[in-house]
Amino acid sequence: MGELVADKHVRYILSVEKKKDSFESVVMEHLRMNGAYWGLTALDIMGKLDTVDTNEVVSWIMSCQHESGGFGGNVGHDPHILYTLSAVQVLALFNKLDVVDVDKVTNYIVSLQNEDGSFSGDIWGEVDTRFSYIAICCVSILHRLDRINVEKAVKYIISCKNMDGGFGCTPGGESHAGQIFCCVGALAITGSLDLIDKDLLGWWLCERQVKSGGLNGRPEKLPDVCYSWWVLSSLIMIDRVHWISKEKLIKFILDCQDTEKGGISDRPDDAVDVFHTYFGVAGLSLLEYPGLKPIDPAYALPVDVVDQIFFSK
Amino acid sequence: MAGIIEDENDDRVPISLRPEWSDVTPIPQDDGPNPVVPINYSEEFSEVMDYFRAVYFANEHSSRALSLTAEAIGLNAGNYTVWHFRRLLLESLKVDLHVEREFVGKVASGNSKNYQIWHHRRWVAEKLGLEARNSELEFTKEILSIDAKHYHAWSHRQWVLQTLGGWEDELNYCNELLAEDMFNNSAWNQRYFVITRSPFLGGLKAMRDSEVLYTVEAIISYPENESSWRYLRGLFKDESALYVNDTRVSSVCLKILKTKSNYLFALSTLLDLICLGYHPNEDFKDAVEALRTWDFGEQDSDIARTICSILEKVDPIRVNYWIWRKSRLPQVA
Repeated sequence: MGELVADKHVRYILSVEKKKDSFESVVMEHLRMNGAYWGLTALDIMGKLDTVDTNEVVSWIMSCQHESGGFGGNVGHDPHILYTLSAVQVLALFNKLDVVDVDKVTNYIVSLQNEDGSFSGDIWGEVDTRFSYIAICCVSILHRLDRINVEKAVKYIISCKNMDGGFGCTPGGESHAGQIFCCVGALAITGSLDLIDKDLLGWWLCERQVKSGGLNGRPEKLPDVCYSWWVLSSLIMIDRVHWISKEKLIKFILDCQDTEKGGISDRPDDAVDVFHTYFGVAGLSLLEYPGLKPIDPAYALPVDVVDQIFFSK
Repeated sequence: MAGIIEDENDDRVPISLRPEWSDVTPIPQDDGPNPVVPINYSEEFSEVMDYFRAVYFANEHSSRALSLTAEAIGLNAGNYTVWHFRRLLLESLKVDLHVEREFVGKVASGNSKNYQIWHHRRWVAEKLGLEARNSELEFTKEILSIDAKHYHAWSHRQWVLQTLGGWEDELNYCNELLAEDMFNNSAWNQRYFVITRSPFLGGLKAMRDSEVLYTVEAIISYPENESSWRYLRGLFKDESALYVNDTRVSSVCLKILKTKSNYLFALSTLLDLICLGYHPNEDFKDAVEALRTWDFGEQDSDIARTICSILEKVDPIRVNYWIWRKSRLPQVA
């Protein structure tokens, strides 16, 4: 089996998106905030966050904040809950949460909760359990979980539970590993994991491992490195991770590396990107791969960062 | 390059050379002094976005601004701000939303895995109301004919059914899709959605009997299909006693076990049944024994343990799961 070429991944992340005219650079423009979260968290897991200038990152993030309290994907963009969590997570990585007006950000998140307990992504009202997770994770990091209606939020998430034990984006939506991570993560943060049928969901999740060792997100779909995060973190949160073969999954992720130029792709021999590089490294961290900082499966931040948030005061 | 609507890409005149834009000063993106995730944009993309920022910050509600948003969406359909602004323009310019629907359809055809497009489509359909029902069902059908597991298309379709109606043919539609591909988990999910939520079918209880028949047939055709087995279990949600006592369930397990091929889900279902109180007769014991073609060393004390031992062997990637299942079995006196 190969090894993790961490130094090359660090170099890849630091140089990412420099290629002119690349499709990725075009699509990254508006979600630069997510890109920053993926890249910087991966760097931190590999112990190289200090290669980045904290002040530059922090001042750029703050320039993406909108007067509503939410953050945009880039300077001058409209706020969205997706970018707001990434912004808060990156500030947490640098231990700089003190630069934000916590109540202002919280007010933005609170304003997006609907009557049924669900959350919209922005003022236009798209509803999805992804946004429930984001809202809950975000206000929890800000120590303001009491400002949202947790009971209703949990009730909505449970209404998205399916007969196979999984969760979809809205009630009745097909179970999907990405949505499952969001729902399980939100339930973990709110202390509601008892509402999950852990054995049933655990069985569905471990059925996601295919012969190559990789994980897919739904039955009969191809494996993808990003599911090493979504599936694995969910299995850890419900305490069933020993049901899959860790060795085979590690091998699958390592096989997805570009061992020359760095970066990790969705499947072996595909093109690498920063999104899959993050999920690959984060997955290996969950698998306790040597040399990587442990990552928290619910907050998707390094464990030392989460400890700092909750135990420093 | 993905994301570009092809027929708008040929003979493109830069905006700076278009007379109707001569009065506007473009505003460049401010990426900060030393970007964390540095991005070099293509010239065309940069120019469109620079002009977009100009009209956006000036809050200019005009038809040229509307066509500029179309151009920006053509280059990158993932930008929330551009879509937001477009909706504001559609409202204030009172644009015919049927035309807008055509536009979204065109963008979606090249870029269907994009959240913003679907959200915009829903916004348009919501504004059009009931008259949008058939076109939306048709539209999702088209997308699903290309990718039958398309998550966004299914979400949109469920929203249309619940908001605008159209349930009458949905079970047939599931039949069609499953006839094409029995392994389509999305279609099985939709089937469950329909039988539990359609106002015309009477709910799960009323549908259970005919659905068990359908599912058992599906299992016999493809016993290795995870989706159909899960669906069968779902038909007995919160009704474990009915599940255990429905002989069609145990019989299909036995039938598959006897074929000695693709029996993994049949075995695990039988194990579930036993754990729920089912007492298998000698036929089951013989069928399970017959699958033990290798020497385990130690003899298992009952059929449930034998099932776990076999599964440990034939499903090695999940060996720990089967060991755990075995450990949970009650000790035989």
